Amino acid sequence: MKEHLLSVLIFAPLAAAAVAVAIPNERLLRWWALVSSLAIAVVSVPLYTGYVATQTGFQFIEHCSWIPSLKIDYHLGVDGISVLLILLTTLITPLCVLCSWKYISKRVKEFMVCLLVMESAMVGVFSALDLVLFFVFWEAMLIPMALLIGIWGGPRKIYAALKFFIYTMAGSVMLLVAIIALRLQVGSFSIPDLMAAGPGFGHGFQLWIFAAFALSFAIKVPMFPFHTWLPDAHVEAPTAGSVILASVLLKMGTYGFLRFCLPITPYAAHYFAPAILVMSVVAIIYGGFAALGQSDMKKLVAYSSVAHMGFATFGIFSFTQSGLEGATLVMINHGVTTGALFICVGILYERLHTRDLALAAGVGKFMPIFSVFLGLACLSSMAFPGTNSFIGEFLVLAGGFSVSKVLVACTIPGIVAAAAYNLRMLQKVCYGTPDNPDHTGTADLNVREILTLTPLAVFILWIGFQPQPFIDVMRTSLAHVLTQVAQ
Amino acid sequence: MESDPRLVYALLAPLVGAGLVMATGKKPNLREAMSFIAACTLFGFVASLIPDVLAGKTVHYTVAQLIPADSAGFYQGLSFSLRADGLSMVFAVAASFLWMLAVFYAAGYMRGHHEANQTRFNTCFALALFGAVGGAFADNLLTLYFFYEVVSISTYPLVAHHQDKESYEGAQKYLVYLTTTAKALIFPAMVLIYVLSGTLDFASNVHSGILPTGVHNGLVITLYIACLLGFAKNGVMPFHSWLPSAMVAPTPVSALLHAVAVVKIGVFSTVRVMLYIFGTDTMARLDLGLPTACFVSLTILLGSVIALSKDNLKARLAYSTVSQLSYVILGVALLNPIGIEGGLFHIAAHAFSKITLFFCAGAIYVVTHKKNISEMGGLGRQMPWTFGAFAVAALSMIGAPPVAGFVSKLYMLVGSLEAHSYFILAVLIGSSLLNAAYFAPVVYHAFFGQPAAAAAHGADAHGHGHSAAHGHGHDDHHHGEAPLSMLIPLCITAAISVVIGIYPDLILQFVKGIAQ
Repeated sequence: MKEHLLSVLIFAPLAAAAVAVAIPNERLLRWWALVSSLAIAVVSVPLYTGYVATQTGFQFIEHCSWIPSLKIDYHLGVDGISVLLILLTTLITPLCVLCSWKYISKRVKEFMVCLLVMESAMVGVFSALDLVLFFVFWEAMLIPMALLIGIWGGPRKIYAALKFFIYTMAGSVMLLVAIIALRLQVGSFSIPDLMAAGPGFGHGFQLWIFAAFALSFAIKVPMFPFHTWLPDAHVEAPTAGSVILASVLLKMGTYGFLRFCLPITPYAAHYFAPAILVMSVVAIIYGGFAALGQSDMKKLVAYSSVAHMGFATFGIFSFTQSGLEGATLVMINHGVTTGALFICVGILYERLHTRDLALAAGVGKFMPIFSVFLGLACLSSMAFPGTNSFIGEFLVLAGGFSVSKVLVACTIPGIVAAAAYNLRMLQKVCYGTPDNPDHTGTADLNVREILTLTPLAVFILWIGFQPQPFIDVMRTSLAHVLTQVAQ
Repeated sequence: MESDPRLVYALLAPLVGAGLVMATGKKPNLREAMSFIAACTLFGFVASLIPDVLAGKTVHYTVAQLIPADSAGFYQGLSFSLRADGLSMVFAVAASFLWMLAVFYAAGYMRGHHEANQTRFNTCFALALFGAVGGAFADNLLTLYFFYEVVSISTYPLVAHHQDKESYEGAQKYLVYLTTTAKALIFPAMVLIYVLSGTLDFASNVHSGILPTGVHNGLVITLYIACLLGFAKNGVMPFHSWLPSAMVAPTPVSALLHAVAVVKIGVFSTVRVMLYIFGTDTMARLDLGLPTACFVSLTILLGSVIALSKDNLKARLAYSTVSQLSYVILGVALLNPIGIEGGLFHIAAHAFSKITLFFCAGAIYVVTHKKNISEMGGLGRQMPWTFGAFAVAALSMIGAPPVAGFVSKLYMLVGSLEAHSYFILAVLIGSSLLNAAYFAPVVYHAFFGQPAAAAAHGADAHGHGHSAAHGHGHDDHHHGEAPLSMLIPLCITAAISVVIGIYPDLILQFVKGIAQ
């Protein structure tokens, strides 16, 4: 099965979705979605155990011709960067099913089908080694995500879904243009071929390609000032939608930078790096202070995502080993931590029917187990030492310091703001004020909810205290990216 | 280098203890027993390390390797690792020993006061000790920073304990000051130190430091200032005002945490970084010693002057703490062995004496519900043991023989003469006078003052909230002493203040070798 593991991971969710269509009973549907996504998660483990971390280049390669006349291939493979992101995807999907168990009561079948199709497309994006294949998966993700927001979302769901769709679509168009331009230049859609040819491109051509790619990815990340779709999408999306959006979808932007922009257009990457570094710093500060000003917890977490992803882009464009390692860790960490935070907010919403901090004040007194999970997630989000985010941000800043001490110094307000908004949320939820709303009788977490949050809590501490196995996987691949971008 | 798991066992004691306290929360006696067992276990493990440290060994243990050394060989990796050396023992022994006494005292105080949420209180107390002793045993800056932050977070619920407007405001200020300084100054400084020197491990002696010599002087000075101000738990002005605000906490918290664990991890961290990251050679080369001493002199003098103006006993003690903490930094900044020894000795001397003062303040409050010094006229005759202990500890703060504070001040005076700094000499003398000026009246008033009827009315007006809440506190005539569970600990700490004043070698033996 090892030869076709990636195909299995892409098509198994689709098959599960097809089966789900035929299941009439809602209860059975939920169980089917859970069991199948869990099975896929288990099946994905050999991807980690079988991956040879010391080896450069792609592994688990599958290659066959798809549309010979256009030289489009079905070409899959993973390196140390995508392996972790695929595992993150397969981890997050069952948790999404779990956290929607009660929350989604209408059109359960369509919801579960959307989730499973999403999973298939997300794994596809991270494993595609052919640009057209990549683009197909990239676009395939768009529709179910827009549906998740548009059907199961909050009061302004249509607006948010449309905004999400238009923004991402605008980026995709640029992506397509760049893909075609590359095809005309090199005569191939194969990503390894393009990586080999990249350094030979003229400088002007590189700049255009980079700009087209970067715009598309910057919207996805989202980088300041292309971030405005994100708070709307997050606020309106159902919990599972927010979790997938934050944990996996945003990573596609930073993954795109690492996979395409740096290796294929190294000259342009260096050319644009100062601007992107500055935009990252702005994102870190802006995201932090915007989060500090929110009373809606989902918006708070959404803006914190902008800040966290700022660290990721900052690390990537520092072009240092520790910066890249830190950025990749930040991507994983943000998936874990923000996922946990969104699930926590969702749990509160199911009980209190509000996400307003003032109305939820003091509820932690009645939900001690919940408070522990929320506390851990908040500490992780503020990069408390011993949690996953700390080590990621440490490496990013270490990489940043060797590039520009001034820029790193500029991120300090953002770092402080992260502590402030997270502790503020934690304080409000757990303590509040002397006159809190009455939450008597609010139930603490049930077993399902504890099971949803536990894996994420485990990863928060695991990466926090033992990041080495994760860094080992990505180290060689990132070093390779560095040699490519140095050309 | 020797790897010794006792360091981990020691830290597990308060951590497991916190869990057991939570689990036994429904049964108060069992819960307090758990706290006490955890405290004794912690002290037992700490004490078991004493012979090794005195034999000149440095005990190490690596808990987790976060990031391995890189292949190029410059970055030596990051790890959570522990060490026990002379400096850590001064702090660890004092903190773990005082926790045992504080458990009793806190039980007496919290029950005598019918406080709510005692389980949360005891749990957070244990976690704070976990942070404090962990900080003492930290082997590198990353580990130190981790435990430093653990202390910040775990003490928030203690400061906000009463959950009223005042305590929320105090606790918010507390958290904002401490996390902001740590995040804004220590975290970036730590990353930069790692980038510059490739390691965060503390040096093996106080001289060399870990920064390579090629680093630009301006950068080193910037890092130094960031570390001096960033560990704001050291109470150095201008980031000191969290400490008086934190006095809204119940008195056992003020006692153990704001005389021992919290503030001491602040000065301890500052000193650790001064000596083991920068090193005395670098500080001497860049001439950082005397400016630092002068800078903290400002805190010493101003803290005392403000203390003089406070009538609330706890507030006066808080500003006294602000002032006294800077002695430690001052002593070390003299950069000669005797000054460093004096400064480090003061960590323990101040801990034992100041906790006595807070214990006394709490005992007075539980018995009489009086917070203000002006209301305490004549109380000394009714509570002779309490005020006797208070007087002894106050003498230590002033620096009179034969109490502990005398030894540290003596060492620092000699150190300042060796450093040829008459300014520092004058500061030490001046601040001793100020200390006397704000402590002596308290004692004098208590023993020789009159409990005027007018003062009693004043007391009612001030203590109104509490009187109403508890339904007593109007009796101004027959108080007697506090419960034994409070009285005995405060007598013990006062006695120890005297003992280490007479036999300073009990503490000095740990630090003697350090600065040679």
